[in-house]
Amino acid sequence: MSSLSQRPQAPVVGRAVPHESAVLHATGQALYTDDIAQRTANTLTAWPVQSPHAHARVRSIDTGAALAVPGVVQVLTAADVPGSNDAGIKGDEPLFPSEAMFRGHAVAWVLGEDVSAARAGASAVAVDWEPLPSIISLGEAVAAGSFQGVARTVRRGDAGAGLAAAHLVVAGITECSGQEHFYLETQAALAVVDEGGQLFVHSSTQHPSEAQEILAQVLGLASHDITVQSLRMGGGFGGKEMQSHAYAAVAALGTLLTGRPVRVRLNRTLDMTMTGKRHGFLMDWEAGFAEDGRLLALRAQLTSDGGWCLDMSEAVMARALCHVDNAYYIPHIELRGRVALTHKTSQTAFRGFGGPQGMLLVEDVMGRSAPLLRLAPEELRQRNFYRDGHSTPYGMPVRDAGRITDIWEQLLDRSGFAERRRAVDAFNSAHQNRKRGLAITPVKFGISFNLIAFNQAGALVHVYKDGSVLINHGGTEMGQGLHTKMLQVAATALGLPLASVRLAPTRTDKVPNTSATAASSGSDLNGGAVKDACGQILARLAPVAGAVLGVPAADVRFAGGMVTGLGVAGGGVPFAEIVRQAYLQRVQLWAAGHYRTEGLHWNPETMQGEPFKYFACGAAAAEVEVDGFTGSYKQLRTDIIHDAGDSLSPLVDIGQIEGGYVQGVGWLTLEDLRWDGGDGPNRGLLLTQSASTYKLPSFSEMPEVFNVHLLEHAAEEGAVYGSKAVGEPPLMLAFAAREALRDAVAAFGPAGRSTMLACPATPEAVFWAVRDASAAAAAPKPPEPDSGRPQPAAVRP
Amino acid sequence: MDNNELLAGTDPAFTVNGALRQFGPGPANTTALEWLRSNGLTGAKEGCAEGECGACAILTAQPDRHGGTAWTAVNSCLIPMASLDGQELFTAEGLGTPAAPHPVQEAMAAAGGSQCGYCTPGFVCSMAAEYYRPERGTLEQAPADDGGRPQPWSGPNGFDLHALSGNLCRCTGYRPIRDAAYSLGSPAPGKPEGDPLAARRGSQAPPLRSTLLERGDGVFVRAATLGQAAVLLAANPGAVLVAGSTDWGVEVNLRARRAPLAIAIDRVPELDAIEVRANEIEIGAAVPLSEIERVLGDRVPLLRQLIPQFASRLIRNRATLGGNLGTASPIGDGPPALLALETRLTLASAAGERTLPLADFFTGYRTTVRQADELVKSVLIPLPLAGLTAFHKVAKRRFDDISSVAAAFALTLDGGIVTRARIGLGGVAATPLRARATENSLAGRPWTRETAEAAAAVLATEGTPMDDHRASARYRSAMLANALLKLHADSTSEQEARP
Repeated sequence: MSSLSQRPQAPVVGRAVPHESAVLHATGQALYTDDIAQRTANTLTAWPVQSPHAHARVRSIDTGAALAVPGVVQVLTAADVPGSNDAGIKGDEPLFPSEAMFRGHAVAWVLGEDVSAARAGASAVAVDWEPLPSIISLGEAVAAGSFQGVARTVRRGDAGAGLAAAHLVVAGITECSGQEHFYLETQAALAVVDEGGQLFVHSSTQHPSEAQEILAQVLGLASHDITVQSLRMGGGFGGKEMQSHAYAAVAALGTLLTGRPVRVRLNRTLDMTMTGKRHGFLMDWEAGFAEDGRLLALRAQLTSDGGWCLDMSEAVMARALCHVDNAYYIPHIELRGRVALTHKTSQTAFRGFGGPQGMLLVEDVMGRSAPLLRLAPEELRQRNFYRDGHSTPYGMPVRDAGRITDIWEQLLDRSGFAERRRAVDAFNSAHQNRKRGLAITPVKFGISFNLIAFNQAGALVHVYKDGSVLINHGGTEMGQGLHTKMLQVAATALGLPLASVRLAPTRTDKVPNTSATAASSGSDLNGGAVKDACGQILARLAPVAGAVLGVPAADVRFAGGMVTGLGVAGGGVPFAEIVRQAYLQRVQLWAAGHYRTEGLHWNPETMQGEPFKYFACGAAAAEVEVDGFTGSYKQLRTDIIHDAGDSLSPLVDIGQIEGGYVQGVGWLTLEDLRWDGGDGPNRGLLLTQSASTYKLPSFSEMPEVFNVHLLEHAAEEGAVYGSKAVGEPPLMLAFAAREALRDAVAAFGPAGRSTMLACPATPEAVFWAVRDASAAAAAPKPPEPDSGRPQPAAVRP
Repeated sequence: MDNNELLAGTDPAFTVNGALRQFGPGPANTTALEWLRSNGLTGAKEGCAEGECGACAILTAQPDRHGGTAWTAVNSCLIPMASLDGQELFTAEGLGTPAAPHPVQEAMAAAGGSQCGYCTPGFVCSMAAEYYRPERGTLEQAPADDGGRPQPWSGPNGFDLHALSGNLCRCTGYRPIRDAAYSLGSPAPGKPEGDPLAARRGSQAPPLRSTLLERGDGVFVRAATLGQAAVLLAANPGAVLVAGSTDWGVEVNLRARRAPLAIAIDRVPELDAIEVRANEIEIGAAVPLSEIERVLGDRVPLLRQLIPQFASRLIRNRATLGGNLGTASPIGDGPPALLALETRLTLASAAGERTLPLADFFTGYRTTVRQADELVKSVLIPLPLAGLTAFHKVAKRRFDDISSVAAAFALTLDGGIVTRARIGLGGVAATPLRARATENSLAGRPWTRETAEAAAAVLATEGTPMDDHRASARYRSAMLANALLKLHADSTSEQEARP
C-alpha cells in the first residue's frame, strides 16, 4: 500500500463527523460574502445594465440620466478599464462588451449608495442598440454552422465495420436541456482597497487564484497586488468555477475607482439571466448490438450548446466524450464532439462537467434497445460491463473493472431487485391507470482534471507553540465538506484529536497558484498537500521527541495527541510538550505542502491517454410510480451503493451521494430551462428565470425510501488515506430514476416496444410517452410519431 | 376617518430575538429581510426574493385563536417590516448560539442537515415552528412501526413534513433534513430554565398597533378597522392593500415596485373571521390559508384537498383568499375550488357593501369588477356542500408549484345520477372560469364511465389554453379531460388503493 493511501491506527479520517461549520450554519452565524458586505461600512452596490436583445451592437451609452439619479455614484463602462477589458482566460469574454451576445448581457454597471439607487440608475442608462440576427436553439446553430472552439473525436476500432456486422442496429437522437446551478447563494463579491493600493476581494468563488489573475488582467495590476478570499460559498456546483470572476472584477474596478468598498450580489433574476448553466446536448447516434446483447459499435455526433463564449465548453465536451462509454466496453466506437455558439448565457462547468450528458447517450441507447433485444435492461447493461483487461475508447486501462460488477451484484441483492421486479409486475397487472417502474444503472466516472496542470495543490500548516494547529489549503468550501475532510486529514497526519486543528479561510496570499476546487478533486489534491505539510512537520518533530523519549526518531509515534516511543512504557508525552521543546530548539513548526497527481498523461489532439487517476464507481436502483392520467410520478424508493474508496468522512460522503442523486433527478426529470426561440420581441429571453418558474427538487422529489451505502473494503491506492473523490459521480446515479420512469411508461404499452422519453422527463413528457405506449398497446402497429419530439429508433433486424 | 387614531402611530418597533428594536431610518417599503440584514442579523438569507426558497424564513408570534401564541414561520423577504410593528420575531440567531444551540439547530447539525448552510437558517425557523406546534404529538405517542412503507409526510414525532415544503435545499437531497425533523422531541415549557419560546405559547400574542410610517418612498399605514381601510382607500385609489404580502412582496423585490401608500389590512377584525352558519360559511378575506386549513379542513373536503397543494406552508401562513381573488391571476389555485363551491364574495367600500357570485367577479386577464375604492371583505360558501368533490392540480413539481391546469369538481349524486355539477377551472383561459358546458353535459346523467368520458370530451374543449413554459396547450386540454376521468376512476374505486 502506498504511503499516501496508508492509514495509521485509529485515524480521525473515516469517522462520521458533521460538517465543520454545521452549528454555525444552523445558528445563522456562518458568514457568506454578502453577509460580510452588510458588515462593511460605506459600501457601494453595483447593478448591471442588461441587454434587452439576444444579440445587438452597442452604438453608444449615455450615462447622463443615470448619474442624475439620487444615490448614483458612478457608471462603469469599458472606458474605465485600466487593463484588459476581458474577464475570461480565452480572450473572448469582454467585461464591458461593445456587442451584447445574449439577452441579459451586462454592458455597463452602475454604482449606487444602495441597491435601490444602483438599480434605478441602471434603468436610467440609455443604450443605443443596433439589434443583430441571433441564434437561439441548437438546431438553429447546427443549421447555420455556428460553432466555436475545436471539434474533437474519440475513436477506437472501426465503428462503420462494427455497425455493418451487428445483429441489430438502433439509431436515434438523444437531446437534453441544460440545468441551472441554483446555488442558494447567488454570485457575490465584495472588494476593498487598502492604503497601499492593495486590493482585498471577497468572492464567492471556487477558484480564487484564477479570480486573482483575471482581476490583475482587468485592472492592469500584478497578482501580488490582489488578494482573493473565498470564505465559504452557499453552493457552487461548478457555477462559481469561472462565472464568478466577472462580478469580482466589477467590484474590484469599482473600489479602485471610488476608493470605497463595492459589493456585487446578483439577485436570482440577474443570476439566472446572466450566468452560465449546464450544457444542453444534441446527440445523434447509431448503435450496433450482437445477438446476445453485446454493444459492438457506437457512432455518435455530440453537439453541445456552448452559449455566447467558449468558457470551459471544450473541456466539458472532452469529458462528455470520455464518458459516453460509462461502465460499458464498446470495441468499435467513433464519437465526434463540437460546441455550438448560440446567443445565450455562456454554458459552463456543472457537477459532472459533460460526464452526465455523455452517459445519458449510452444509457438512452441501453434503455431504448433492451426491449428490441428481448432482454431485461439490467441484463443488457450487465452483459456489457467492462471486465479486467479492458481499456476505454481513449486508451486508458480500466483498473479494478471487477468493482463495477461487484457493486452491481451487491446492489441487486441489497435492494431485493428480483423480488421487487415481481412485485412491480404484479402491481402493474392489477392497476390500469398507475404503473410502477424499477431500474438499476451503473456509474463509472474518471477522477482528475483533463487539464493536467490543474492536478496539483498546496497547503500551509502552522503548529503553534501551545500545540494547536492551523491549516490552510488551496481548496474552497461550497458545502461539499472539503474543509471537514482536510481537518480530519491533518488530525490524522499529526496524530491529534480533531479539536486540536483549526482551519483558516481560503485566500490567495496563504496558498498561491491554486487550482479550481472542481472535478471532484478537492480532497484528493488538497488532502495530499495537507498530508505532505504535516509529514514535513512530524519529520522535524520526531528527532526532538526521540531525544525526549530516548528512542530513535524512526521509533516515535504520534497518536491521539500523545507522542510515544516504541518500547517506551507509559502514555508518552503530550504533543504540545514536544512542540514546546522543538520551538526552544529552534525547529521550524510550520510547513508548506504540495501535491501533484502522478501518472497522468493526455493528448488533447488525439484524445488518447490516461487522463484519470482512477474511476469512481457506483450503482443505483430506483422505483417510481407514474399516474397515467397526468404523467405525474412519485419517487418511491432508491437504493445506492457507491464507491468512495475508504471514505475520509462518511457523513459528508453520504451527503454528497444523496444530494448529487437528487440534483441529478432534478436535471433528468424536473428542471426545465426554456428560452424563447420565437421571432417576437422576447427572442432569447430565458422564460424560466426565477424560482417560481424553474423548479428544483423539493421534499416531494426525495425518494420516500432512500438507502445509501458506501462500498466496503474499497481502499484506493492512488489517493490520500485510500479515499476516492465523491463530488460529481453520484449525480449520474440519477439515471436509475429516468430508466425507472421509462420502465413504468413501458408498462402502459405492449411488450417488446422501445420506449422513448424526453429529457427532462417532466410530467408532461411522461404523459405523452404514456399516451404513445397506450396507443401502441391498443393498436396493432405503432402509431405515427408526433412531430417535434424524438423520432423512434430505426430498427434494422 | 379618525386622523387622531392614525397619527397615534409611532416609529415602528419590534421585539427581535427578545430585544426591543426601533425601525430607524429606511424606506417605508423596506422588507423584513432587508431590515434584519442591514441591522446585523444576516442569518436570514435572500435566495429567490419571491417566497419560493424559504432561505429568509423567520418566526413570528401569531395569535393561535385560543388566547395563546403560535410561532409561525414566514418568508421575511415578502413582508414589509413596518407591518410587523409591535410584533415579536425570532431569527435563527435568536433561537440558539453555537455555544447553546436550539434543539432544532442541534438536530440539523448532527444529522448532516446542512452542507453549504445557506438555506439552513430558514429551514431551522420552519422546523422550529413545527417543533412548537402544540398539536404535533410526541415520539412517545407514535404508533408502533407496522413494518410497511413509511408515511412519507409525517414523522413518528408527529412532525408534518409539509411544514418544510417552502424551503429549498440544493445540496442535501433532503433526507438528512427529514431525519433531523423526525428526531425532534418536545419542547420543555414553563420552567424558568426552560424554553422561552415554548413558554411564550401560553400567553396572548402581541396585539397589532396602529402604524403610520412616512418616508421618501411612500407611506405605510395600518388600518384598525374595515371602515378605516375603506375610507383610506376611497381617498387614495392608488393605494396598495397589503394583507399577507405574498404577491405584493414579489412585485417589490423583483419588479422594484414601490407603494406610495400601503394599507395593511391583515388581522383587521372584519376581515379576519371565519363563521360557520346554517346555510353558509363566511371566510374573511384576510384569514391566512393555514388558518382556513386548520378551522375548515375537516368541514370542507374540497378545501382540505386544495390547501395543501396551494403554495407552501410558509406562504400559506401569510397568503389569503382575498389576495388570491384580488390579484385575479388565471392560475391562482383558490378560484377553481371556490368556483366549484359556488362561492359568493362580498366587496366593501366606504359607500357600503355588495355581494356577487364569484363567477361574475373576473372580467379579463387580471381584471375584475372590483372598483378602485373597494376591497374584498369575505367569501361565502353556501351549504350544504356537494357530496363528491375533488381538486386536481397539474404542475411540474408535486409540491409548491404553480398550476399548469387546475380543475375543481363539486358533484351532487342522487341514486347514482348527477343532479348537479359545478366545475371550476384555472390555467386554461385569461380568467378562472366555470366549465358550464361540461356541467350541463353531466347534469341528469348517471355517474358512469360513459358519462364521464362524454363529459371529458366536452371539458377538453373548455377555455382557450395556451402554450407556455409550464405546459403545452394540448397537454392542458388533455389534462382537463383526464381530470374528469380520474375523478370518476377515483370515485368508483376503479383505481385500487396502493397495497
